[in-house]
Amino acid sequence: MSRSFLESTTLGFGRALTRAMLSEETARERGLLQSLDPRVRVLGLFALVLAVTLSHKLVVVAALLAMSVVMAVLSRVTLFTLAKRVWLIVLGFTGVIALPALFLTPGRPVAALGGLVITSQGLHTAALLILRVETAVTLTTLLVLCTPWAHVLKALRALRLPKEAIVMMAMTYRYLFLLVETANQMFESRRSRTVGVLRPEEQRRVAARTAGVLLSKSFALSNDVYMAMQSRGFRGDVQVLSHWRLTMWDWVGLLSFLFAGSLAVWMGR
Amino acid sequence: MHIPDGYLSPSTCGVLYVGAMAGWYSSIKRLKRVLLSRVIPLISVFAAFSFVVMMFNLPLPGGTTGHALGVTIAAIVLGPSGAILALSIALGIQALFFGDGGITTLGANCFNMAIVGSLVAFASYRMIAAGAGLTSRRRVVAAAVAGYLAVNAAALIAAVEFGIQPMLFHDASGTPLYAPYPLRIAIPAMMIGHLTFAGLAEAAISGGLVAYLQVADSGLLRATSGVAADGDLGRSTAPSLRRLWIMIAIFMLLTPLGILAAGTAWGEWSPAQMTQTTASAPSANSAASTVPAGLQRLSNFWTAPFPAYAPAFVKSRSFGYLLSAMFGVGLLLIVSLAARSWAAKSRGKESSA
Repeated sequence: MSRSFLESTTLGFGRALTRAMLSEETARERGLLQSLDPRVRVLGLFALVLAVTLSHKLVVVAALLAMSVVMAVLSRVTLFTLAKRVWLIVLGFTGVIALPALFLTPGRPVAALGGLVITSQGLHTAALLILRVETAVTLTTLLVLCTPWAHVLKALRALRLPKEAIVMMAMTYRYLFLLVETANQMFESRRSRTVGVLRPEEQRRVAARTAGVLLSKSFALSNDVYMAMQSRGFRGDVQVLSHWRLTMWDWVGLLSFLFAGSLAVWMGR
Repeated sequence: MHIPDGYLSPSTCGVLYVGAMAGWYSSIKRLKRVLLSRVIPLISVFAAFSFVVMMFNLPLPGGTTGHALGVTIAAIVLGPSGAILALSIALGIQALFFGDGGITTLGANCFNMAIVGSLVAFASYRMIAAGAGLTSRRRVVAAAVAGYLAVNAAALIAAVEFGIQPMLFHDASGTPLYAPYPLRIAIPAMMIGHLTFAGLAEAAISGGLVAYLQVADSGLLRATSGVAADGDLGRSTAPSLRRLWIMIAIFMLLTPLGILAAGTAWGEWSPAQMTQTTASAPSANSAASTVPAGLQRLSNFWTAPFPAYAPAFVKSRSFGYLLSAMFGVGLLLIVSLAARSWAAKSRGKESSA
């Protein structure tokens, strides 16, 4: 029992680190999305996510999913990665949520399963929900897999997000891995010292103490970072370097994204 | 509770983005009063901390496990403004980098968990722990209760957001276009899991963390404790009440706008109005157009002094509305002043004991 609790948490940390590493690797590949300016990628894929949520027709959302699969293949993201990282997880989560809608949504009956009646409206709403979530998460995952985090942040700046928010997100991301690693080491060391089975109250105490140590370390770390920023002359004015220039290929990419998104909204209204 | 893209309509997402922006703006404005260069690393590292705490797999009673949100401890250590920003940054990174929660629903997730969660956690912690010493046992209980309430409040808001979707967004055949369940299904479905598991996980980690900090690093609890100098980052003096009075006055002056609304608010009918409304409905049947016996019996149980916000002695309807607003605000003030004086007295007794 104690092993499963400590192990499952350390496994979770390991998974997060692996996912982050995989993203950095895929982002360095030479593919369709990687060839576009990061601002075009962010703006274009966000526009498609918006188009997915605005479309009310199954066939239009399915077309957007097909489009994202083609983009994935051309960007050297394997379908296995998408299936493992997105499709199966979304199907498991949203599928469970959408399933009762088949029976609970009032409408025209189309089939019966035992004593339960499946309605046409129920089928349509469940399929639309699953397909829409699958498509939106696929598009977001494509952005993450094909763009280094630093570029995503810089591109968000182009979308007029406040500089302070960008700096905080960048810092959070950097210290996130440090804290994950620290927490991982604390759990590992606790695991190596644990003999026998810990009672649930003791497990909760271990978790709370670990979080407490992490909190104290975080506070000390923020003080250190503050001092380091001060010593380098930081006065609260954030500067973001930006030297990207849009090429003809980027404009073609951006217009294609916007055209596909607008067409989807118009056809799916 | 991280809502993915596709569950909420774009207009709901838009409204919640506006709500979240209001929270972010007021938090940033408040924090800017402190040194910005100090706030940036503090919020960033706390956002990373909240993110890591969300990954803890907490064992819960009954042999199951749950994940905490980390919003309560952030509200206790940083105050509501800091917690709102730290949680929002953590949620933003989760959505953008880990695909946990959507892009269009980021405003909704921040509104529910970062804003509502932080405010409920902070208010309930301060209320329960009022007057308690930094190492008092009451602070541990307050943190646990605050955690439980914060997570459930956030879940309830999310459930309402889900529940209004089929009512507002459906096609001509009645097919829901987004989250498919109405309020009567969405609220219990969402709340069962949070009342039993997620709320307990947040309560356990928040209570446990405060108990640990009381022993190991009680200075971190001081900022929002109300024991010494006040708390929330960026609030250097007691908040001025002038702005609150101005807003109350504006709202009181606006009360006659209620006259513009046609008809009676849905479900607030008198027996006579109910008969009229149900009889005129397209799906009316004989059972629906009769007044239920219970309603008929209880409708005369209490007669309001100002029925329909229109005191009998006032001729002008607008002035009646204004008078009712002044009367209501006055009553609430008397009650709150009485509660304040009672709390001050009991605090005085506690400190002298």
